[in-house]
Amino acid sequence: MFAEHLPILQIVVPLVSAPVCVLLRRREWSWGFALLISWFCFGMSALLLQRVLQTGTVIYYVGNWAPPWGIEYRIDAVNAFVVFLGALIGSVVLLYAPRSVAAELPGVRANLFYTSLLLCMTGLMGMAITGDVFNLFVFLEISALSSYAMIALGRDRRALTASYNYLLMGTVGATFYVIGVGLLYMVTGTLNMVDLAIRLEPVLMTRTVLAAFAFLTVGISLKLALFPLHLWLPNAYAHAPSVVTAFIAATATKVAIYVFLRFFYGIFGTHYTFEVLHLDMVLVPLGLTGVIVASLVAVYQTNIKRMLAYSSVAQVGYMMIGVGLVSVTGLTATLVHMFNHALMKGALFLAMGCIVLRVGACELEDLRGIGKRMPITMAAFVAGGLSLIGIPLTVGFISKWYLVLAALQRGWWPVAVLILLGSLIAVVYIWRVVEVAYFHEPTGKTAEATEAPLSMLVPTWMLVGATLYFGMSSTFTSGVARRGAEVLMAGLAP
Amino acid sequence: MTPQTAILVSLSLPLATCILVALAGSRPNVRDTISFIAGLLTFSSVLSLLPYVQSGVYPGISLFEVLPGVSLAFEVEPLGMLFGLVASGLWIVTGLYGVGYMRGHHEVDQTRFFFFFAFAITAALGVAFAGNLLTLFIFYEVLTLSTYPLVTHARTPEALRGGRIYLGILVGTSVAFLLLAVMWTYHATGTLDFTAGGILSGKVDTPELYILLGLFAFGTGKAALMPFHRWLPAAMVAPTPVSALLHAVAVVKAGVFTVLKVLVYIFGIDLLRDTGASLWLMYVAGFTVLAASLVAMTKDNLKARLAYSTISQLAYIVLGAALATPMAVIGGGMHILMHAFGKITLFFCAGAINVALHKTEISDMRGIGRQMPFTMCAFVIGALSVIGVPPMGGSWSKWNLALGAVDAGQLVFVGVLMVSSLLNIAYLMPIPIRAFFSKPAPVTDAGHGNHDGDHHASDHHDGMHEAPVLMVGALLFTALGCVVLFFYAGSVYRLLEPIVR
Amino acid sequence: MNVGLLNYWVVIFLMMVGFYIVMSSRNLIKKMVGLSLFQTSVFILYITMGKITGGTAPILAQPGTIYSNPLPHVLILTAIVVGVATTALGMGLIVRIKESYGTIEEDDIQTMDREQ
Repeated sequence: MFAEHLPILQIVVPLVSAPVCVLLRRREWSWGFALLISWFCFGMSALLLQRVLQTGTVIYYVGNWAPPWGIEYRIDAVNAFVVFLGALIGSVVLLYAPRSVAAELPGVRANLFYTSLLLCMTGLMGMAITGDVFNLFVFLEISALSSYAMIALGRDRRALTASYNYLLMGTVGATFYVIGVGLLYMVTGTLNMVDLAIRLEPVLMTRTVLAAFAFLTVGISLKLALFPLHLWLPNAYAHAPSVVTAFIAATATKVAIYVFLRFFYGIFGTHYTFEVLHLDMVLVPLGLTGVIVASLVAVYQTNIKRMLAYSSVAQVGYMMIGVGLVSVTGLTATLVHMFNHALMKGALFLAMGCIVLRVGACELEDLRGIGKRMPITMAAFVAGGLSLIGIPLTVGFISKWYLVLAALQRGWWPVAVLILLGSLIAVVYIWRVVEVAYFHEPTGKTAEATEAPLSMLVPTWMLVGATLYFGMSSTFTSGVARRGAEVLMAGLAP
Repeated sequence: MTPQTAILVSLSLPLATCILVALAGSRPNVRDTISFIAGLLTFSSVLSLLPYVQSGVYPGISLFEVLPGVSLAFEVEPLGMLFGLVASGLWIVTGLYGVGYMRGHHEVDQTRFFFFFAFAITAALGVAFAGNLLTLFIFYEVLTLSTYPLVTHARTPEALRGGRIYLGILVGTSVAFLLLAVMWTYHATGTLDFTAGGILSGKVDTPELYILLGLFAFGTGKAALMPFHRWLPAAMVAPTPVSALLHAVAVVKAGVFTVLKVLVYIFGIDLLRDTGASLWLMYVAGFTVLAASLVAMTKDNLKARLAYSTISQLAYIVLGAALATPMAVIGGGMHILMHAFGKITLFFCAGAINVALHKTEISDMRGIGRQMPFTMCAFVIGALSVIGVPPMGGSWSKWNLALGAVDAGQLVFVGVLMVSSLLNIAYLMPIPIRAFFSKPAPVTDAGHGNHDGDHHASDHHDGMHEAPVLMVGALLFTALGCVVLFFYAGSVYRLLEPIVR
Repeated sequence: MNVGLLNYWVVIFLMMVGFYIVMSSRNLIKKMVGLSLFQTSVFILYITMGKITGGTAPILAQPGTIYSNPLPHVLILTAIVVGVATTALGMGLIVRIKESYGTIEEDDIQTMDREQ
């Protein structure tokens, strides 16, 4: 009974818990409840992933209405992996949250904050799990609206404008998506992904489908922050509360990339997308430009959260290069990097949260000598940074390996070289922080700082530990990613 | 102990030492004793592998799969055996010397120093025993990162600048070139295992072979091939024991070891000879040999001069690999050992002079032979070995390299070796000559202002004033090693012979 | 009455007007107005595509009745709710921005941010 309804419980449990969380007015109770729910979700997502890996695609009809009339949840290796990722990050971030939230959001009622976080998690997991394109839009807006609200809670008033701009761009992106979906519905009369893939095939060459294709490309690219549509991202990440930044940075863009994959590999199919319309000729150059330009911009940032935000834009670039290489290896690189980047960026932002708690700032100049005052936190930062660079024995290396290999397989030499060049720029921006943290005596704000509390260090190091573990033994992550890549390359239409 | 266990023990002992050193940080005597004992145990564990390798059995062990088909795996073959013995053996000596130096020099943060020192040895042994290219690359990077805190130990702006160059060049070349080369190899052959006779034959076209060789040779920044040699002089801001063990032995030798290993086990010397792909590398190495020697002559700072001398000597080994004849490759391999003993002696002497007399510039070293006779005698022996004069070990490796050049029909490189030896004499010998035969400089206060109670050396030039006994003992030991190796070169040759069969 | 593609022209006109306002206006409220227009155009797009000329409401009294497709209308009900939520949140943000900056002109806000 429970196992049978796992796909829908994955969504319904956090969705129903969110309003319950509102009712728990005590800070500790609402946190405890949200934490419980998130770990429960994580457990379910792990079970679901295991089931998919064992028995193949899991299909679930919501309300027992058969598709194409009802909503179908269709879980294969790709979205099981994405759901697992979202639940994992959500549960780790919630474990970390109470001290950071209490310190950074003193005037905010904690129960409402945890409600938003649960809703955001629901939205993201829903986007990944559903097999219906309009249902996906609804989940997209659930996650987007709750993240606008959470970003606006940042201490700095710039968080408000950042959130407002994100709201504008996010809504434009989502509306583009709806337009695209509407146009597809006009020609096919269906919203079910598999059904769409089948029915689109004979009408692919019509102008309506072409318009839908264009709207969807731009709309989803806005959500996933593909350079140059990334403008909302740096401010939103920089000014949001640390917990929110860690959660959103680790999950939101990844889920959007999943949607991109689902549409262009699954629904439109590789033939139409890459051989007729040559989307790869757009994705790879944009991805590369994103990698190089965003990394260079990151080098010149003085606010470390902003620097990491630009680094995220660069990392999205890597993932989109993998998408544009159109091969099993390329997609493996993208999928494995989605997971790996979530781990390392989550760890980095959580470490920054510890620093914000103790120092009260994340400007580079305020962190002089922080390595002496908060050695464990900074060690986590360095480990995450090394992974971002792609040093072996960290997950970053695994991602780069597959990506470069995919570029070589396609015979695109300069791409391989530029990918590695991007790693070198990462060395520069990470090392700027390392030098300030370790080569100065603690002064000013850092003079009084002490090590972060255990309740924050443990979740941070959980992610760091995962970064190192999956960097040494990538059998699980790259195995799942490869399965997913094969599923994607095969397309949705039977 | 099975050889597999011995490999793991050799790798994990230095790692365990790190933790113990950190725990015993507040009690220096306990901490340094732990380091010493761990050094002895590590060396004996490495040594226990030698009989297997000599009998032609190469013990190996595979830990876990990092990427599909590529594991973190170790295999001890003759070249790695030699490098492992050199690194772990000299670790003991340097450990003793380092205790004397760090205390005599009143360095701060000694625990951190010994922590990363032991870590670096783990990485060096990992490089030595690597069973495939990925494992080698992993430990190569770990070695870079673990030595960065040692290079920047002083934390001065100067150290920071040195550290930037160090990290910039080593990580830059390894990520941009070496990693690309490793991936290309995997892409072309589907494997990364070191295989006798190479794996690239028939998999890559000749023009691509040229590029791939370039990526490997320049990607191994630790081999300090010009124009990627700047990191080595920059690393001289580190305390002298670091310069001695890491920048004369472990780190730089890890670089040339990588080049040798790649040329022998990935390309295969037959492939290189048949295609002539390594011809250009010979010229680059030959140029580095001469140019670095010339630069060395212009340096007045003793450690800087020794650093450039190291660059030149490393290029010998690359030259040996590029010549790709059995004799030259063996000569290159032997030079790893011979140069290690010679150069570590020289660095030990430089550190001893610094601790005892606070002198770093060669022009200040007039007449110091009277104050530090043991040190300067050892310096002469080390210098002669580096130059290649019998009866020092260094003569054999140069002899084999020259023979290899003749075998390859590249007589011009015999000339390069000759000229380089002359240049070696020109930049190394003036130092002891000045020390023994010039009159001491008149006492000036400049540079002697910060004397502490123990060192009033320069006040009375006639009396003997040697460095602490641990340091002098260490440098005499390595100097003796240079002589002993002359007589045992035959066994080294026999150990290395199988790699070119 | 056959209106041809008139509705679609209206949709495109509204869409472009809304989008233009979002892009060009420097006043935060006006931007929200543009965004709402933009979203509304999509509602009309969906409603139009469900309409069948001569079709009735989908109440099947007897078989063979021509009726309009109700699904797009239902979908757009959801979208309207989402649109209202977005507008409400946007307006809420504008109130907070006005409180902390004292203005809702984007140029002034940017100047103040730069000075900070």
